[in-house]
Amino acid sequence: MSMLGRLAQTARLMVGMPDYDAYCRHMAEHHPDAAPMTRAAFFRDRQQARYGSGGGRCC
Amino acid sequence: MTRHLPWIALALVGAGSLGVVATMRGEPVNALWIVAAAVSVYLVAYRYYALFISNKVLGIDPSRPTPAVRRADGLDYVATDRRVLFGHHFAAIAGAGPLVGPVLAAQMGYLPGTLWILAGVVLAGAVQDFMILFISMRRDGKSLGELVRMEMGAIPGTIALVGAFMIMVIILAVLALIVVRALAESPWGLFTVVATVPLAMVMGAYTRWIRPGAIGEVSVIGFIGLIAAIIFGQSVAESATWAPIFTLTPVQLCFGLIAYGAIASLLPVWLLLAPRDYLSTFLKIGAIAALAIGIVVLAPPLRMPALTQFAFTGTGPVWAGPLFPFLFITIACGSVSGFHALISSGTTPKLIASEGDAPFIGYGAMLMESAVAIMALIAASILDPGIYFAMNAPAAITGGDPATAAAAITAMGFPVSAETLATTAREVGETTIVSRAGGAPTLAVAMAEIFSNVLGGPGMKAFWYHFAILFEALFILTAVDAGTRSGRFMLQDLLGLVSPRFKETSSFVPGLIATLICVGAWGFFLYQGVTDPLGGVNTLWPLFGISNQMLAAVALMLATVVLVRMKRERFAWVTVVPAAWLVLCTGTAGLMKLFHPDPKVGFLAHAQVFSDAVARGELLKPAASMGEMSRIVFNDRIDAALCALFLVVVAAILFYTVRTCRAALRLPRPSVTEIPPALEVAR
Repeated sequence: MSMLGRLAQTARLMVGMPDYDAYCRHMAEHHPDAAPMTRAAFFRDRQQARYGSGGGRCC
Repeated sequence: MTRHLPWIALALVGAGSLGVVATMRGEPVNALWIVAAAVSVYLVAYRYYALFISNKVLGIDPSRPTPAVRRADGLDYVATDRRVLFGHHFAAIAGAGPLVGPVLAAQMGYLPGTLWILAGVVLAGAVQDFMILFISMRRDGKSLGELVRMEMGAIPGTIALVGAFMIMVIILAVLALIVVRALAESPWGLFTVVATVPLAMVMGAYTRWIRPGAIGEVSVIGFIGLIAAIIFGQSVAESATWAPIFTLTPVQLCFGLIAYGAIASLLPVWLLLAPRDYLSTFLKIGAIAALAIGIVVLAPPLRMPALTQFAFTGTGPVWAGPLFPFLFITIACGSVSGFHALISSGTTPKLIASEGDAPFIGYGAMLMESAVAIMALIAASILDPGIYFAMNAPAAITGGDPATAAAAITAMGFPVSAETLATTAREVGETTIVSRAGGAPTLAVAMAEIFSNVLGGPGMKAFWYHFAILFEALFILTAVDAGTRSGRFMLQDLLGLVSPRFKETSSFVPGLIATLICVGAWGFFLYQGVTDPLGGVNTLWPLFGISNQMLAAVALMLATVVLVRMKRERFAWVTVVPAAWLVLCTGTAGLMKLFHPDPKVGFLAHAQVFSDAVARGELLKPAASMGEMSRIVFNDRIDAALCALFLVVVAAILFYTVRTCRAALRLPRPSVTEIPPALEVAR
């Protein structure tokens, strides 16, 4: 992966957003019959997952 | 042998620098000596101690599938590049803690803090983070409470959960108090922080409907908005109509924050919490990086003495009590922070690609946070000590205005003139800097000093000061919002043990009740801190320190139990030594806060002084009425009860640790409940 790509991925994961492409790869590999979430749905799902429970941050 | 030579050289550099820091007296020491000492210590500790723990103590096995591999789902469990994961983990553990504690500890001089930060992180803090990450990683990424339950039993699990909830309450109160101290009577600061609310909502709407997922784009928009808010804030502060609206007293601000906490934590997360977290996270990383660069480029001399008289007398104005045990609870984050045990058993273990990455992420990220604490300590120490003490001593000592403050601080042995205090305030665009306790304003003055020297000159000081205040307030408010939510879920978990209805985290009424209890709990301590004549930080920070270090002790005791149950008890000293130290510190500090005869230190002694006065019908400053007198007594007793509760938690976990360890030692084989490697990829 390029340096810039990795930086962007780091920045996104810092706010709890996993990599969408990795998710799509996972779905294609393990669940080829299921339709993966769209990018927007994936974003909303992960946003709710990270913040919905409140945790994930230190003092 | 030759491969060790560069490391031996590095160790010598570190020892030499530390020697300079420790022994130079009379002439100013350059901050870079501390930086050099710290970096060498970190690198050598990582190269040798982290790898020793990894290979010998824990037996890390890179071929063993991690939860991210075994349960890969592309969402929660994703094998992640270790550099990317390092960033994620670091962003999650680094908050206001490592910035505030060292600033408060600087009242004893820079030396005690520096030594504790370095020794603490290498032997306790990084060990704890790494071990909990390891333990969680071998158990499908379970949380700390579940881990204690699995390895020690249901009762200690529940006790740990109660402890964690109380810590959350105290952390939220103390963080909110820092915001109050920084923003009260500061129209410029308050305006910029208030402006972030609509700004975040615009960002939220943008990512919800216009460009879902465009985090980078919306963060740039938000950042531009923030800068505009800071610049515009100056006009607000100078406007005759607007300035009074944004000039709030501490008590008004306190109620504002309580209302904000309750409302914000009930709003949908995409509207306010998430977008503001983007801003605060990126701003935090950027500001930390800028501070590091600024310190290295500027290479400022340290103006605070290595040791002040307060290191010996324990009568410092910022917080009361002797060096042992209070220094070790004042600096928590940066040395060892129990809160990290919750993070290390949170999302990170579910994202780790290989067990071999665990030392880099668990131990390494904590070293990085320790570096942040070192920078905060340096920042506080490059200020004129007179300014430092005038800002951090409570109004009861300074009298609240530059003239009385200058006289009081000069009498302490740190000469400063009223003009210096007034000029400093004017330069940073504030009406006063006297008695702005809580660490954040001190750090902001130091950052303004460093940044304006590197970029923009003295004319930019006011901008940088408010930038620094905004950056701290922003992530503290995010923490208040997110913390209220997690507190609510913890409480629902606990109440669910009594009444199962509370477990339904999705239904509205139980959630609302739990939220209100949670906000009420931290709001109570916040109000108490705001109205405290000693500035509140004096009372609340030690409680926070005790609770946080107590959780660290619990985490390290859990790690000890796991080592013993793995039949690796010959290495148990790795966790026993720091756990014992923390039990000793929190135990002593807790008992002193309870029973110390000096009313400045002991809660009960303080309550006694006031209740005796009530009995005599006499008013004691700062109380203005008998009602206030009784409230002070009541607050003291609540604080004492909380302290006692923390002591009971430590004692109970210690009891269960010893019991579990003894049972495990009697068994002929390992008895840990790890997910066995045989289960690999089967699912």
